Order: sequence, then C-alpha cells, then structure tokens
Amino acid sequence: MGIADWIEIGRMDELGRMDTPVHRIDARAKALVTLAFIAVVMSFPRREVSALTPFLLYPVVLLSLGRIPARHILKKILMAAPFALVIGIFNPMMDRQPVAAIGSFVVTSGWISFVSILFRFVLTVGAALALVACTGMNRLGAGLGQLGVPRVFVVQLLFLYRYLFVVADEGGKMMRSVELRSDGKRSLRFRAYGSLIGHLLLRSMDRAERVYRAMVARGFDGEIRVLQRSSFRWTDWNFVCGWLVFFIVARGWNLADGMGHCLARILP
Amino acid sequence: MSHHLVEVRDLFFAYPDGTEALKGVSFRIGHGAAVALVGANGAGKSTLLLHLNGYLSTPRGEVRIGDTSVTRETAAQTRRAVGMVFQDPDDQLFMPTVGEDVAFGPLNAGLPPEQVERRVAAALERVGMTHVRGRPPYRLSAGEKRAVAIATVLAMAPDILVMDEPSANLDPRARRRLIELLLSFEHTRIIATHDLELVVEVCSRVIVLDDGKVVADGPARELLDDEALMLAHGLERPHRLRHLHPH
Repeated sequence: MGIADWIEIGRMDELGRMDTPVHRIDARAKALVTLAFIAVVMSFPRREVSALTPFLLYPVVLLSLGRIPARHILKKILMAAPFALVIGIFNPMMDRQPVAAIGSFVVTSGWISFVSILFRFVLTVGAALALVACTGMNRLGAGLGQLGVPRVFVVQLLFLYRYLFVVADEGGKMMRSVELRSDGKRSLRFRAYGSLIGHLLLRSMDRAERVYRAMVARGFDGEIRVLQRSSFRWTDWNFVCGWLVFFIVARGWNLADGMGHCLARILP
Repeated sequence: MSHHLVEVRDLFFAYPDGTEALKGVSFRIGHGAAVALVGANGAGKSTLLLHLNGYLSTPRGEVRIGDTSVTRETAAQTRRAVGMVFQDPDDQLFMPTVGEDVAFGPLNAGLPPEQVERRVAAALERVGMTHVRGRPPYRLSAGEKRAVAIATVLAMAPDILVMDEPSANLDPRARRRLIELLLSFEHTRIIATHDLELVVEVCSRVIVLDDGKVVADGPARELLDDEALMLAHGLERPHRLRHLHPH
C-alpha cells in the first residue's frame, strides 16, 4: 500500500469512466456550471451561512446521479481541509464582536465567518471534485480546451494531475526505504527530511523528463487528444440553464430562510 | 524510398555537464535486421537511442533514417518512422486506460477516428492484450505493461522499432512471450540490452559499445562467443553458447 493508493488517483479515473446520466453530459456544460457555482458561492457576504445551504444541492445531485461514493469525495475534502482551517482560524480571534448567545456560549461574528469559510470550502472543493469524478480529467481537459481555455493552461492542468501520481509514487518508495532502515522508529531527524524532500524533487523531475520523452516519441505536440468527440445536445443546454437559474434564485433569495418561514406558517 | 535503413555517421555527443557520452559512433543497419546494442552501464547505449528519433541532437555527426537526416526540422517525420519502447513502461503509459494510451500516438498523427480505432485494435491484438483494453495501465502486471508499451508504439505503424532493455523486470514466461513477439516482427529492430541470452535468440548482429565508441560490430553468435571480448567490455559469454561448444 503506497501513497499512490492512499490518494487513490486511479480511483478518480475509474469513476470518471463510468456511464451515468451525469457522465454523459458534455464536459463543457459541467465545467461551465461548476465555475458559475464557485463564483456564486464566493460572491456571498463573509458572514453568510444559511443562504449557502441550498447550494449543497449541486454537488449532492452530481454525486448521487453520477453514482460517486460520497465517502471517497469526503476523504479528499478532508485531505485539503487544513488549508481552509489555516485561512479561517484567525477570524474568531480577530473578530470578537458578539452577535448571539446559545446558553452561556457567546457566538462572535468571527466564529460565524469561520464557519462560513469552512462551508464555502466544502461546497467549492466538493463541487470541483464531483466534477472531476463524473467527467474524468482528460475529458474535462478536452472540454476546457473546446471552451477556449488556452492550451497551455489545459496541458498544465492535465500534467499537474498526472504527475501528482508520479510524485506520490516516488515519495512512497522513498518512505518505504526510510522505514526499512529506521529500526522501527517512525520519526526522522529534521535534516534527514530536508534531504529526503530534495531527493524527491530531483527524482520526480527525472521521472517527468522520462515521461515527457516517451510522449514526444509518440508525436506529442502540446495537445492531448481524446478519441470521443463530444457534441452539445439539448440535455446539456437544459443542464446549464437549469442550474444557472437555480443559482440566480438561490443567490437572490435566502431559500433556507424562506423555507423556514414557509414551514413556520404552515405548521401551527 | 525506404525508411527502414538506419545510418549513424561519426556521432559525438556531450551532456551539458561535460560528460562525453558518444565519441564517434558509426554503423549502418539494413532493412528488417535485428541488431543488439550491448555494452556495460554508462557505455552510451541510451544516449545513442535518444539520437535515433531526434530527441537528442548534436552538431557533430549525423543520423539518417531512410533518406532523411534527423534534425530538429525532420524530428516529427522521424518519430513516425522510429517507434521507441522505453525501459520503464510506467514512463510510457500515462493515459487513464490502455486503449486511450495506445490511441495516443495515432491521434497525435492526426488520423481519422475510424483509422485510430483500427490501429488500436490491431496493435493490441498483435501483442495479445485485447482483453486489457479498458483497464488502467498501472493495474497491469510487468509483462502486460511491457506488451502494452510495445502496442502503443506498434499503433504508430513504425518501420523501425527501437527498444531499451525490453526484458527488464519480466518473469521467465513474460520474457519468453516477449522473445517470440520480437522474433515475429518484420520491422528493423534495434535492441539495447544486457540480456545476452535474448540477443542470441533474437538478433543476428551485435554492436558492442564501450565508453562512447563502437568496439565491435559483427554477427551476434561470433561476437558473443568471444569470451575475451565480452569480459573486456563488462559483458559475459551467454550460457546458451557455452552449451553449443562444450569446454
């Protein structure tokens, strides 16, 4: 079991190759909607939480109709979570203005913005992962290219994805050799880590050079071509329009609040 | 016009750090020949191979494939004629599925989809790997990976096959299959290897490299049987030949 297995990059490719209604939707449509989703989620004021909740619908629909196991995506979100925590953690300390109290616990506006940051992080990263899982990285790359994203960026993105696997593999091998020679102790001296990471970089670069060489030998000219040509169909238009309308409505009106009021009125 | 000829004339090459890897290599390989490139580690084999498809180029010396001199301008054309199978299949296979990987070369050549499809099917069939078409390459065994790596190159319909250590990391059965596959090809084959037993079976000619120079070039059995020559250049006389002439 190496690091590559742990990251499960291959699993993402496998999921991307499945055939479900969501997978059949054109990569361009999904990419557009996901970008719009991220933009809208990010556009909310910084202390907003409740109005964001309806946006959970998009990643949840993608995952469930795409038959993507939510556990797999959650695991990946958790792996990236430290970044969001680091960004958000100072808010409760800096912004101590009280806004509400639950029992003896005073909720400050800093805590609310912290929760908002984390929630947005889960929404956006979740949607991006769901997009990759139900499209496949190569098809997504081809779709972005067709949308007019410059080739340099598309190829960068595809390689970033591919080499993650390469680096993880090299890293896994090095950690194994360290483990075998460290007499059962897991901890390493600080200096050893420095040298380890340096070596990992050099080895990954060598490996990348060899992969590139093999690609050039097969006529690689900066563009990754995919066999299946995609055409934009009615369902794709419906997908794009339907979600955009939902985003606009959910951005304009707090649907969660509205639903709460509705329920309060109906229920005696 | 034939692309099957490979001619290397007085090739010199030094890496940017000053290491002189090739110091005047010359040879000529004719149509359909199977030639082994042997020599100790660091003799210059891999460097030489990278010149054959124009990945490396040097102002000193010349490589000709058919009637074309390999230069930066003709590299694309050369790469279609010279199929290169690298030492580590993991470096060569990077698409999500075997089928997509085999299609990579033909798609880059700009072939229409139906023809790509035919090429992919034929190449996989040729190496007996049709059944793994939909699988991701990293899930295959070393022998399967090697066979698929060869298929990715066959799909480009090259005239010349260049292989770097094709039998490395293979178990005996996979190695046997590889040998049979190599014997069945009609391409001009250039095989850099330390597996001298494989050379005896597959190649009719051997070029011995040492320190960036060709030190011997001749019929495979004759050269490999020359114990003094083999030992002088970090090699060994193959067992198969020892059994032919009892000592």
